[in-house]
Amino acid sequence: MLKLRDGIVELYRKVATSLPKDVEDALKRAFEKERDSVAKENLRILLENVRLARIEEIPICQDTGIPVFYVKVPKCLGQERIKETILEATRIATERIPLRPNSVDVITEKNSGDNTGIDFPLIHMEETEEENLIIDLMLKGGGSENIGCMYKLPNTEIKAERGLEGVRAVILDAVLNAQGRGCPPYIIGVAIGGSRDHVAYQSKRQLLRRLQDFHRELALASFEEMLTQDINRLGIGVMGIGGDTTCLGIKIEVSNRHPATYFVDVSFSCWAMRRGRLIW
Amino acid sequence: MVVLSTPLREDKLRALRIGDMVLINGIILTARDKVLRYLFEERPEMEFLENSIIYHCGPIVKDNKVLSAGPTTSIRLDRYTPELIAHYHIKAIIGKGGMGEETLSAMKNYGCVYLQATGGAGVYLAKRIKRIVDVKFLEEFGMPEAMWILEVEDFPAVVTMDSTGESLHKKIEEMSRRWRSNS
Repeated sequence: MLKLRDGIVELYRKVATSLPKDVEDALKRAFEKERDSVAKENLRILLENVRLARIEEIPICQDTGIPVFYVKVPKCLGQERIKETILEATRIATERIPLRPNSVDVITEKNSGDNTGIDFPLIHMEETEEENLIIDLMLKGGGSENIGCMYKLPNTEIKAERGLEGVRAVILDAVLNAQGRGCPPYIIGVAIGGSRDHVAYQSKRQLLRRLQDFHRELALASFEEMLTQDINRLGIGVMGIGGDTTCLGIKIEVSNRHPATYFVDVSFSCWAMRRGRLIW
Repeated sequence: MVVLSTPLREDKLRALRIGDMVLINGIILTARDKVLRYLFEERPEMEFLENSIIYHCGPIVKDNKVLSAGPTTSIRLDRYTPELIAHYHIKAIIGKGGMGEETLSAMKNYGCVYLQATGGAGVYLAKRIKRIVDVKFLEEFGMPEAMWILEVEDFPAVVTMDSTGESLHKKIEEMSRRWRSNS
């Protein structure tokens, strides 16, 4: 598994030090149309930062996050060995790139120093009929993780009934509460469904989708588009100190629910949406 | 663009207003969750904390060089801050996202400002760090949470909370909520 290990180290490098093209292009468009001078200067700094990080192969942001893996494993490969290889690659990547050591033991409060520990990195695995091993990696920063939230509908406080209008209300509420604390412009993942754990998993997973990847259901695709425009009218802007762009895109997924339950989970990514794929 | 150099002069700080862009020169200290809680609970005597600039940041450091060092979210550190401003006479806080009412009022009382740096611009901002002067609590708290004493040159930020009690974060939040309730 040596070659795979090195491949994962390079995946870490690519994800930590270069922004996906769709996100960079969206930031460039935001820069072009920005009317607020402070927001424009911040966007200029962000884009220059992205350029420097890519050329020098240094992490875009010092918070290299919690590494979250989504792995599709062909039947012929053992999941345990894949997991061990990911852990080994994580230790090497932390030292070599370097990544910031972010894994802190909850009881002893000690930082492990190598980005491994209990459920760290986070690894989701599923079996696939396909021949190739597919590894998606997301580096999820702590600031944007902290502003994520879950709602139960109906919600009387923000007058959100069940249905897309209620979902719109809670998403706007989440953004209003987040303000600039998670490094906007945001990319937002949303999941609607009947189980708390599943909507939390799904909303974060939506962040892997490209900005141009609109939902297969036309109704949800136009809902994604409309919500992005709504959020950008709030005026929160880059870094939350005013401006035209608060959100680069919003991605929604749905699962069937129980008659009694209706959960909406909202995951935020900072502008530095770091994701990448390795096919092996 | 206003150039600020350490030690910061009170009259110069008092003249800053929200929306001003600044360039910082001199010594800044990183402090975040663990260090600030320790300072809050123990109040150790540390001369370099007097009249200092605190930077909410957990950098990546390798071979004694800071590689990536943008701001972390400040609101988590809000509960320690008013008393620390009073105790150590902290003159400026660099971070992102802004801080709460009590910190704003301590800033007014003691002549302190909040400077928002560009979140996520880790490499860009690290290039404005000339050298690591010293590091404290590295063993106890680890790389991201240690207190790094750094010398910076032309480190860019925006004044978003000033010593007259104005907060740009508060203004934007009120404006965005108003827009929402009218829509």
